[in-house]
Amino acid sequence: MEKLQARLVGAYEHPTRFAPDKSLVQLHTEVALGAVADAGLSLSDVDGYFCAGDAPGLGPLSVLDYFNITPRYVDTTETGGSSYVAHVAHAARAIDAGLCDIALITLAGKPRSENKSASSVALALPADRPERDFEVPYGPTVPANYALCAARHMHEFGTTSEQLAWIKVAASHHAQYNPHAMLQKAVTVEDVLSSPMVASPLHRLDCCVITDGGGALIVARKEIARDLAKPGLRILGTGEAIKHQSAGDIDLTFSAGKWSGKQAFDMSGVTHDQIQYASIYDSFTITVLMEIEDLGFCKPGHGGGFVAEGNLISGRGKLPFNTDGGGLCSNHPANRGGMTKVIEAVRQLRGEAHPAVQVPDCKIALVHGTGGSLGTRHGAATLILACED
Amino acid sequence: MSTTREYIHPEISPEARPFWDAANEGKLVIHTCRDCGRGHHYPRAMCPHCYSADLEWKETDGHGEIYSFSVVTAGKDLPRYVIAYVEIADRVKAMTNIVDCDPDSLRIGQRVKAVFRRSKTGQNILLFSPLESL
Repeated sequence: MEKLQARLVGAYEHPTRFAPDKSLVQLHTEVALGAVADAGLSLSDVDGYFCAGDAPGLGPLSVLDYFNITPRYVDTTETGGSSYVAHVAHAARAIDAGLCDIALITLAGKPRSENKSASSVALALPADRPERDFEVPYGPTVPANYALCAARHMHEFGTTSEQLAWIKVAASHHAQYNPHAMLQKAVTVEDVLSSPMVASPLHRLDCCVITDGGGALIVARKEIARDLAKPGLRILGTGEAIKHQSAGDIDLTFSAGKWSGKQAFDMSGVTHDQIQYASIYDSFTITVLMEIEDLGFCKPGHGGGFVAEGNLISGRGKLPFNTDGGGLCSNHPANRGGMTKVIEAVRQLRGEAHPAVQVPDCKIALVHGTGGSLGTRHGAATLILACED
Repeated sequence: MSTTREYIHPEISPEARPFWDAANEGKLVIHTCRDCGRGHHYPRAMCPHCYSADLEWKETDGHGEIYSFSVVTAGKDLPRYVIAYVEIADRVKAMTNIVDCDPDSLRIGQRVKAVFRRSKTGQNILLFSPLESL
């Protein structure tokens, strides 16, 4: 018996990667309209709305005022880049509880045209953040926070920079088929290793792109989904978790994905070998490596061996991942990658991915998002999605 | 060699004031619970392990061990710096910088000792330096 009845029925990724001439709320509007059109619905059908910290002004109040719609349910769960993965689960539960029928989730941002990297935000934490005085003086850029995880992983497990580089190689192999990808050139392990060191042991090409853009999703009641043009997707499993410094007792060798992934697998009854495609949050190569271990695709410490030799490349490896090129090569709008992770999983399950990277007969996919920073505090959200039987 | 950075001004929350005052005297103190005996960092107004309010500031010898570190390239014309987590007491790690060192020769597990540098406003900031270079 399925635990969730609501269906994921619409998805839209903005094609832009640079939008200096558009306002933030305009981008939210364009992705909202794209997603309702994809689902065969209208913005006026939406009675549930989900957004996070990237939304302008007072979040749903400002955006819904601009849209001129008055949904009866809103949720602004904020767990950084993983928010939108969690929103899918929250939307499905709200619908199943009768709180709304058609839920819209939006994300948009312009960090590229506004020259706002995630680091510039991290280094300007407001005074009331409890951790501020004990971190900001030390210059914890976002790459540096993830580098602390990578360095410890290498120390404990013998993971190498070459192994991390294979993750970028796989993403770039996929990105060459995505005409919207910011980086469309396939790169080699050597290209990654010879790119400038940003925060050792992470090189420039171990990092994701910084892009303008956004995306949106529609979740709807099962009875409504049945009548739409495209088949809805089942939400078999969901999981959420947070992890932090544990008051000083921090362990950098694993992420909250260890907990969110277990919840999602337990709920779904799906086994790892049934997952045909995985969207794995890829702010950095080390993010992917740790998540693959934490989600249980390999044992702790074995991620390096798992990703080497192209195992993440569609058509070649055991676990095709991020076939749009992911955040590492295609898109990381608003410095938050969760939305685009869900969207590419939808493409795969609908058979709408590029033919060169489409997983044949893809029926079950996993989506995993991370938000915040693995090196300090972060949220994780996991979804297991499937086609209708 | 690693170089001197400008350390931003800490806002100094009321509950952490004794930590900063001790730093100005060149001392590293750890907020420690009198009930469960565990220390924590950053300092809170309650013990985050057992939720007791009965806490004391324990001075340490300032020695620690590098748990992880990264050499950060800040920009083309800016000096590199080393960000790290250092274990400053049993199960207590602190984010910090490693200074007065050759960044390329550092290793995880290396013993380090607390040193202090003044921020722009004259507040001492807790940093660490390899033991052997002292």
